Formats: sequence, structure tokens, C-alpha cells
Amino acid sequence: MSQENGSFGVSGTGDTSGYGGLVRIKHSAGSSERPFGGYFDEVADDLERAFPEFNDAIEKIVVDRNELTLYVKREHLFEVAKKLRDTESLRFEMCMGVDGVHYPEEDGRELHAVYALLSLTHNRRIRLEVAVPDSDPHLPSLVEVWGGINWHERETFDMFGIIFDGHPGLTRILMPDDWQGHPQRKDYPLGGIPVEYKGATTPPPSERRSYR
Amino acid sequence: MSTHTDPYAQSRETTEGRVYAVTGGDWDSLSTEIGATKEERVVVNMGPQHPSTHGVLRIILELEGETVTEVRCGIGYLHTGIEKNTEYRSWTQGVTFVTRMDYLAPIFNETAYCLAVEKLLGITDEIPERASVIRVLMMELNRISSHMVALGTGALELGALSPMIFAFRERELVLDLFEMISGLRMNMAYVRPGGVAQDIPHGSIPKIRETVAQLRKNFKDNEKLLVGNTIWMKRTQNIGYLDLAGCTTLGITGPVLRSTGLPWDLRKTQPYCGYENYDFDVITTDSADVYGRFLIRMQELEQSLRIVEQACDKLEKLEGQPVMVADKKIAWPSQLSVGADGMGNSLDHIREIMGESMESLIHHFKLVTEGFRVPAGQVYVAVESPRGETGVHLVSDGGTRPYRVHFREPSFNNLQSTSAMCEGSMIADVIGAIASIDPVMGGVDR
Repeated sequence: MSQENGSFGVSGTGDTSGYGGLVRIKHSAGSSERPFGGYFDEVADDLERAFPEFNDAIEKIVVDRNELTLYVKREHLFEVAKKLRDTESLRFEMCMGVDGVHYPEEDGRELHAVYALLSLTHNRRIRLEVAVPDSDPHLPSLVEVWGGINWHERETFDMFGIIFDGHPGLTRILMPDDWQGHPQRKDYPLGGIPVEYKGATTPPPSERRSYR
Repeated sequence: MSTHTDPYAQSRETTEGRVYAVTGGDWDSLSTEIGATKEERVVVNMGPQHPSTHGVLRIILELEGETVTEVRCGIGYLHTGIEKNTEYRSWTQGVTFVTRMDYLAPIFNETAYCLAVEKLLGITDEIPERASVIRVLMMELNRISSHMVALGTGALELGALSPMIFAFRERELVLDLFEMISGLRMNMAYVRPGGVAQDIPHGSIPKIRETVAQLRKNFKDNEKLLVGNTIWMKRTQNIGYLDLAGCTTLGITGPVLRSTGLPWDLRKTQPYCGYENYDFDVITTDSADVYGRFLIRMQELEQSLRIVEQACDKLEKLEGQPVMVADKKIAWPSQLSVGADGMGNSLDHIREIMGESMESLIHHFKLVTEGFRVPAGQVYVAVESPRGETGVHLVSDGGTRPYRVHFREPSFNNLQSTSAMCEGSMIADVIGAIASIDPVMGGVDR
């Protein structure tokens, strides 16, 4: 949960809109309670049966907009992934990929890796989410579990700087090899230059007055 | 050897061995020079500027004679930072960006993105039926135009020129329809959160039906050229083999997965946009090779035509229904219309906001500059694009802009299978194998 003041992106005296007094509280999804509905209970039960350390490994389970997210601790990620793939009643034989999300305001959990799993056998989808601190951005690589995650992990490393331990060749994939920084982090500037047209100047998108 | 020295085609010693630069036309001198050395193993850098690599794809091949021992893909030459850019624009503006990812399947990017925004907003059930039918119509037309490029360039890369001429002729017919409906032939930004940008113009259904009939007739030309053609079959059968186990572990979807015999098509297995109400078949083959994927694409054309026809029937019944969600806090206020000088802003709308209603102007201004807020949360939505599963992972923090947009691009994912398909094969077959994956670099690099 975080708080945001005002309506425009300007703070201090720059805001002449009169909306500076607005206060908005942003809610993030909390942990969900059983029953989750649909096949989600079955998935959670089956994983719990197959993986004895379930309560220790799963931080929380969120069911939101008819999608199931398991928040996994990174120490257990590899084992959980293997169980999800191999247990007959789960059979998530495909991982559609992993991508990062950067939450700079979450202390000690700045970088999130989000995995989208698909079960062809049962026609189900679930999501795994793992949070790591910016100061120690290490995660186990899942290339051994799902080979196709190889490039996705490289992209997440490239864009967010999450290091996947055990990856067969964790190098940049989209940016040049000698690039500095990880472009999709929130503290990485978008860049751009002001554009002049018929005497008027438009600032780059990141510097325009914005409505949050 | 020529007497002058080409500064761009000189060879030099490195720690890895001797490096030769060739610029074309000097192959004879190169092969003479290499033939004189004792080296058995040659590493060839193919691309990123090479007509057979399907765009700016770089392929690094390790060869022993003509046999490929190792293949690696180098990508990133078309990285445009679209995902990052969308974080600085409103939710509606995002459509204009994502449509440029996989530029041969723009409608699929737009639809996947809009379905995700709608899911976050919780308005999936409120999308008017006419809008969903138009989306399906546009997607299936787009599948045809995309498959036409896949078939045409695929054949071209293997040395068959005529199929390309026919394929681009067919694609042109589809692009004409896009132009008639959306005003643009590519990158239309036609599908918007809440519906579509504008209704299909009056009298377009007969034109679409006419084109469908024309396409059905024209497709036979390519079929006659390639299906069962001995040379074509020799170049494609048992080439680029990847079985079901390989596909699942590599996360491969689309025609490559269906060529292993598994009828996995999201339109059937996890329907969206009302695909469950259409009658069509999922095409599979079990050869798991380039020829099988080629056959799948050929036959999917006919299935797409069937869906287009059914969509036309539905549209005739839904004449006059809305194409945008009723909630005016989400629906884009202005509409486009065809004027004397082509497609542009609707003059009726401009008259209303500029001359008749101050409230309309305020509403227009607020929605266009500020946009709407989307409740915090995250979703993953997938659609079956011509290349496989296009998935959108969308995160909102409750603001007027996306917090994170990630596209799970089928081209990006499927290109990983190059090594599995090509290692151990002949160098000439690498081209065919990659063409059968049908990667679009705009989607791969985003």
C-alpha cells in the first residue's frame, strides 16, 4: 500500500491545477483466503501434497481477476517449479516465460520475477512470483526445468539486472554487450530530446506534465 | 583475384584464428583462400543483413564442410524499447505502440493488449458483441496476410520465386480491406480498450465477401505451385524436425507445435472474443518438419476464410449496434470517418466539441490528455497469433499509465528452437528451418 499526493506529476509550487491537495491511497492485492474457486484450490492442494515444505515456501496466494498467483520464496523456487512440472495432477509442462517488474518502494523486495505457467494436459494457467532485494538480485535459473525459459531469463537479466544462478550463458540479449545499466528499471531514464515544431517545443515524454 | 584491395573485405589474424570479411561477389577468392588452409572448422556469421534471415536476425554457424555443428542466434538489432515507452503513455496510447511490435500481426498485438486492459478494468463482459466480432474479423484477415508473408518469403528464401509473387498479391487484397476498415494498411491502432476505434464503413460487408471469394480462388495458385511439388518437398520434408517433447520444453506454440500433431490452438482451448461461437477446424500434421508447418499454414488460410464469412454473417445481424463499451469514462470520445480527403476525425464530433457543447469538450480533453485509471493488479492474457501464443503481462498500480507491459512474443520464444532444429543438418536447411518458425524481428526484439 502506498500513498500519492496531487493529480499531476509536479510537486511543490509547480502544480497550478488546484488538485495538489488530492490524496490517493494505492492498494495492492492482499493474500486471498480459501476457497479460491475454480481449479485454484485443486492446484494449491496438489502442490501442498507433492511439496511438504509448502507452507514455508509459499509466502502468499493471491487470486485476483480469476488468475492464481503463488508468491514463492527464492530458496524453494527450483523445487516448486519441478513439482509443478512433474506432479501428475499438476503437469505444468510449459513455461511461457519470465519477466521482471521493478517496485523501487518495496524495501528488500524491489525486483520481482513473474513466471507464466501453462498446463497443456489440464488446460490451466497459473503464475509464480518471486521477489528479490536489489542489493542481492539472485534467483535460481529454471533452464533445467523448462528449456524455453533460457532467453526469457536473459531478457530479464538484461532489462532488470536479476541474476539467474545456474543459467548456461547469462548474457545480454537485446541490448549491446557493453551496455551500462538495466533499461526497464524504474530508476533508468526513458531518454528522448525536446522536439520543436513551428516554434513550439514539446519536451520528451518522461518530462511532460503527467497525470498519475 | 582483383588487383585493387577492398578495405571492407580484408582478412586478418585474431586469437580465434583467421577472420575473413566477404562483401559478396568475392566468394571464389574466399573459397580458394580457405581451401588452402588446414582448418576443418569454419565459423560463419550470417546476418544481421542477409536476405534469407527473415529480417535483422544474425545467425552464427559453426560448420564442418557443409554440415552445421552449432547454431546460435544473435538478436536485438531491432530493439525499440516499446515496453518501456508504454509506461510513459496513457492506457489507450499503448495500443499505438504495441501494434508496432510484431508488425506482420498488428491486430493480434492490439487485441491481446486491449483484452488485458479490459480484464484489469473488469469490463470484459461489457464489450459489445459487434466489437468482438469485428476484432475476430480483423484478426482472421490479419492471419491470412501474415501467413501469406510467411509462405511467400519462406518459398523465396528456398529459391522459389513465383509463390512470393502470388502471396504478396493476396496479401495486398487483405491490406486493401484493412485500409477500407481502419484507414491504415499496417500498424492500425484500430482495436482500443473497450472496443474498436470505429465501426466498419457502410457497405464493406459485400466488399469483404467479394475479397474472400477472390482469395479462395487465388490460394489455389500457390497450392498448385507448392503442394506435392517434388523440389519443394525435397527441400522441406524431414527438415527442421522438432517433436512434441522438444516443443513443450522450449515453450513452442503455434504452427510449429501443431506440426507435431497436438491440436493446441487457444481459439479452441481457451476461447476469447467469442471464438467458441465460430465453426472452424484446428489444422495439424504429424510430420513435425518444415513441410508439415507449410501445410498447416496453407490450410489455416481456408479456416480463416470460414471464420471471416461467419463474422460477416454476424455483423449483418448486429447492424447498428455499438462498437465501444457504453461507459463514457473509458470509451474514446472522438470517432473517425471518411471525408473528401480520406480518413480523418469525424466532423460531427469536432462540431460538437468546438461549437455546441462545452461539457463535451471538457470530457474529450480530460479523457484524451489524462486518460482513465485502471485498478491496481496484474493479468496475463494470451491470444493465438499466426506464430503462436502472444501473451500480455500487464501490471497496473492504479494510475493512468501502465506500470509494466510485457509481451510474451511467440517469435522471440520460438526462435530459441533454431539450435534444436538445425544442428547436424546441412547449411542450406537452416534457411528453411528458420523460415518455418516464421520469426518477425519486430516481435522478437520489441
